[in-house]
Parts: sequence; structure tokens; C-alpha cells
Amino acid sequence: MEASSLADRKQTALIQLRNVTKSYRRGAQNVPVLAGISFDIKDGEFLALMGPSGSGKSTLLNLIAGIDHVDGGELIIGGVDIGQLGEAELAEWRAHHVGFIFQFYNLMPVLTAVENVELPLLLTSLSRRERRQRAETALALVGLSDRMDHTPNELSGGQQQRVAIARALISDPSLIVADEPTGDLDRESAEDILRLLQRLNRELGKTIIMVTHDARAADHAQAVMHLEKGELSARVENP
Amino acid sequence: MILALVARNSWRHKLRSGLTILGMVVAILAFGLLQTVVSAWYAGADAASDTRLITRNAISLVFPMPISYEQKIRGIEGVRQVAVANWFGAIYKEPKNFCPQFAMSENYLDLYPEFLIDEAGRDAFKHDRKGCIIGRKLANQYGFNIGDTITLKGTIFPGEWNFNVAAIYEGKKKNTDTSQFFFHWSYLNETVKVRYPRRADQVGVFVAETVDADRMASIALAIDNQFKNSAAETLSETEKAFQLGFVSMTGTIVVAIKLVSYVVIFIIMAVMANTMAMTARERTAEYATLKALGFSPIFVSALIFGESLMLALFGGVLGIAGSFPVAAAFGRKMGTMFPVFNISAETVTLQILCALTVGVLAAIVPARRAATVRIVEGLRAVA
Repeated sequence: MEASSLADRKQTALIQLRNVTKSYRRGAQNVPVLAGISFDIKDGEFLALMGPSGSGKSTLLNLIAGIDHVDGGELIIGGVDIGQLGEAELAEWRAHHVGFIFQFYNLMPVLTAVENVELPLLLTSLSRRERRQRAETALALVGLSDRMDHTPNELSGGQQQRVAIARALISDPSLIVADEPTGDLDRESAEDILRLLQRLNRELGKTIIMVTHDARAADHAQAVMHLEKGELSARVENP
Repeated sequence: MILALVARNSWRHKLRSGLTILGMVVAILAFGLLQTVVSAWYAGADAASDTRLITRNAISLVFPMPISYEQKIRGIEGVRQVAVANWFGAIYKEPKNFCPQFAMSENYLDLYPEFLIDEAGRDAFKHDRKGCIIGRKLANQYGFNIGDTITLKGTIFPGEWNFNVAAIYEGKKKNTDTSQFFFHWSYLNETVKVRYPRRADQVGVFVAETVDADRMASIALAIDNQFKNSAAETLSETEKAFQLGFVSMTGTIVVAIKLVSYVVIFIIMAVMANTMAMTARERTAEYATLKALGFSPIFVSALIFGESLMLALFGGVLGIAGSFPVAAAFGRKMGTMFPVFNISAETVTLQILCALTVGVLAAIVPARRAATVRIVEGLRAVA
């Protein structure tokens, strides 16, 4: 992608939250998690979400990723109010627009690395050969060309997370959500993963939202958003 | 790749899958065997001819009828020919060596084209007063050959009876009973005349071949009317009804066997459902991941159904394959107790249907649970 068009995109908000509320039922009690939160995330931004446990950061990430529903307010992503989408529409929207990176990688243990990466492409009309070519390219991008036929249990934690990143990239989504992507990794592997995310953001223009407890991980983002008791407490731009 | 995912998931827990498949093999095999026992019970009725009527004493089969009835039955319109037979009920060496033995009239085998006998055999039988014709299964069981002398110990007609094997008949069809033993009714009658004169000139059943299968009921009625108010009234019925009459005597046993065969399937269904429930629960996070990636709940359900069906059908096919040698061995062990003991196409179809049903039913609850669990809850699940 050319630098000028990336710069143009960054002027527009990819994600708009307007007075978003979310609560959970715990027994007979209704526990509010997000209390009318509003903010924008620009296209091509790398944002870290931080906050103590129970602050609502994972809930916020789940809502943005379209795997949970807002109770109230508007959540507009790429011009689509995803709160208005039904389950099937939401699933299709996720398949096209969101890449997922989980703390524990969430790879299919019985599939090889290349098959795991290929998995989301089963939802497309691509031929078997095209799917395999794209998966191999994505794995090459994350530096795992030599581990394509290895199953997850034959890979280190860092390598598994790279496979997960390749899987998140494979359908070329505009948004990548990462829930504690380095939470299960040693320092060195974590650093590799964070640099890789930075590359995806800078070179491919992916919008990345990352939940983390680790301030050093958050330093790799362009901005850090702090949540406390379901409310936005601060937004800090990283140098 | 979806098939690969299903297949590899099926073998993920090798011990659990192996034991489940083993259970399925045993259940399908046991089901097939029990169904074959039931079929064997009905083998006589299934092989019955549409044009043969059996006439017996109306009081009970154990009471004989005068041989003079033969001519009268032959004279009834619609009857092509009539043969006579007597149940002999003798023992070969020991009481456990059971086989059906019949003293028959000369033309009896003409009414049974399903018994294949070569001309030389027929001729040898015709010219030997003590000759007998035995079925291939009976010959194989006791190692009888043409020319052998067989000594039977009479129970209904006491004393020792010697017979010469004149011919061995083969079955025209797979379900033809080849465990029977036939000899001359004239030999029996002549001997009885000497030993027990009061029992002479009497027969157990008349077999009438009719000209039209559609007129069986009216011909049977005509025969019975012929002997109404006589000393030995008759009861005529189709050969199938006659055979089913024997089956109905042991109807409760047949019902019990059928019931047990389905209980076996129910048990394996419970085992299979437990396997699939454990499997699906362990993979809750994986199914949630698939849903997060955009796969539909139907796709997730299909994976579980696919895995369940794969295990059930794999076990089912092995069970069906194993049924044939086991049934053959069982049939040999049972000897002439079950004259026809073959696994029928109907039984194999039932076995396949049972395997499919087990596979589908076992997956319903876990598939539904996996399809409906919320993604965020599923992702939090720990295997």
C-alpha cells in the first residue's frame, strides 16, 4: 500500500463507539461492565487497551470483534452498525473484516500449521490450490515457511502465535483484534510477536486493537487506552 | 480439509475412540447375530411355497389321519397332486443329535423342487426300500456319504431303524433347508404293520400342490369340508401358515430375542452419546474459535455429527464384516437346530441403519450444545 493512501485512511475513523453499554447477568444480579463508552479508532491505528481485571477491556474487544452484542448504543465499524446485524450476518462480517489473535493461540491441534492458516479460507470460493498458496504466503510472511507441515504441538509458543497471526491475516481483514497475544510467551518470543504486529500495522495498514496487561507490550502500540470500571479513563499517545 | 478435520478429530483420543469403536463392533455384531437367530426361526415360513397346502388332523398335529384321505384330497378340484409325510422323530446315537426326519410317499419330492437331487440319486432311492435322502448340511455335520448305513433309534416308532444313504440333496436357494432326512413311508408302514398293527396306514400330514395360489383358501376349505364330522377332521392351511404355527409356539422367545437385540443397540447408543458429549465438551473452545472465525453453528454441528457418524459407521462396518464368520461358526455349532442360518440382506440393512441411527442420535445433544454456546463463553472454556 502506498504511503499517501495510508495517510489518507488514517484520517477516517474505522471504529466508532457511541454510548455503548454492556452488562452481564450474574445469578439474579445485573452487573454493568461498560457504562456508556464513546470513542473512535482511526483506520490503520495500533491501539493497546489496558486496565485492571474487570475494567471491561476484554468485553470491549469482544464487542468490537463482533463476538458479543452491545446492550445499548451504537458500534459502527467500517460504516456498518454491527449491533444491528443478526448472528449469520455477523458471522459473515467477522469472516471478512476481523482477524483474531488469542492469548492461547486457539489453533486446531489436529491440523498442520498451513492447514490452520488455510481454515478461514474455507468460507471463501477460492480453489483448494489458491487457498494453499495464500496460506503458504501468509506463513512465509510470519517467518514460518519451514514449519508448514508441523502440528501445533510440534511448535513453540511463539511459533504457534505466529501461525495464529498468519491465520488472522489470511482473509485480509481491515481489523485485527488481539487478546493478550503475548500473555503466554517468554520475553523474547513476546518481543518478536509485538514487532510482527507493528510490521502488519505499518506495512500492511492493518488496524490492530490489542488487550494487554503488559506495559512493555503496550509500548509497541501507537496509543494506549486505559479503562477503569467500564469507563475510558485516559488515552495516551506513544512517541 | 473438512473431512481431514473430522477424521483426525475422530482419532484424537485413540484409546477412547478405539474402545467406542470396539463397543460398536460388538453391538452391531450381536445385533446381527440375534436378528439372524430370529430370521432362522422364520426360515421355514420364508421358504414356504405359495402353492402347497398342508392338511393335518384338526385336533392336533400329533394325531394321525387315515391314508385313505389321500385319494379323496386328490379328487378335490384345484388339487394337482398329493403327497404324504410322517414325522419320524428318531435319534442318531444321542438325543442331542436332532434333525427333522420324514417318512414320505414316493411323489413327495416332486412337490419340493427346491430340493435338488440328481437322477442317479433318485433312482437309487427308488430301488432301495431302506434308502434315504439326506440334506447336504446334515451330511456334512455327521460326515454321511452316499452308500453309508445310518442307524436311528426310534422314539415315536420304537426300535432300531437302518437306512442306506441313497442320495444327498442340495438346496436350490440359500434359504433352503438342507438338514432334513427323508425315507420311504412304505418302509415305515410295512414295519409298523408288523410291530404296531393298530398304527398302520396312518399319516401325519398331507401335502397338496394346488393349481392356483390365489385359490388356496377355497381349496383348503373344500378339503376340510370333505372330512367334516369324520373320525379325523382336518385342518388345511398354506405351508407358510403351517410353519408360522410352529414359530408362534415360541413367539415369546422370538420377541425376547428381538428386544435384546434392540437393547444392545440402545446401550451402545448411550456409550456413544457419552463419548461424543465428552469430546464436544473438551473442544468447546475450538468450536467457539471456529465460530469466531466466521463458521456457522451448523458447520460446527456438522463436524460433531460427522465425527459421530464416522466412529459409528467404522464400528458398524467392522461389526457387519465380523458378523459373517461369527454367524457361520454359530450356525455350525448349532448344527441342524437352525437348518438355515444365513445373514440376510435385510439384516445387513438393519445393521447399517442401526449404526447410522446411533451415530446421529449420539451427536444430537453435543452438537446442539456446541452450536448454541456463546462464543465468548466458549472461548473461556477450559478442556
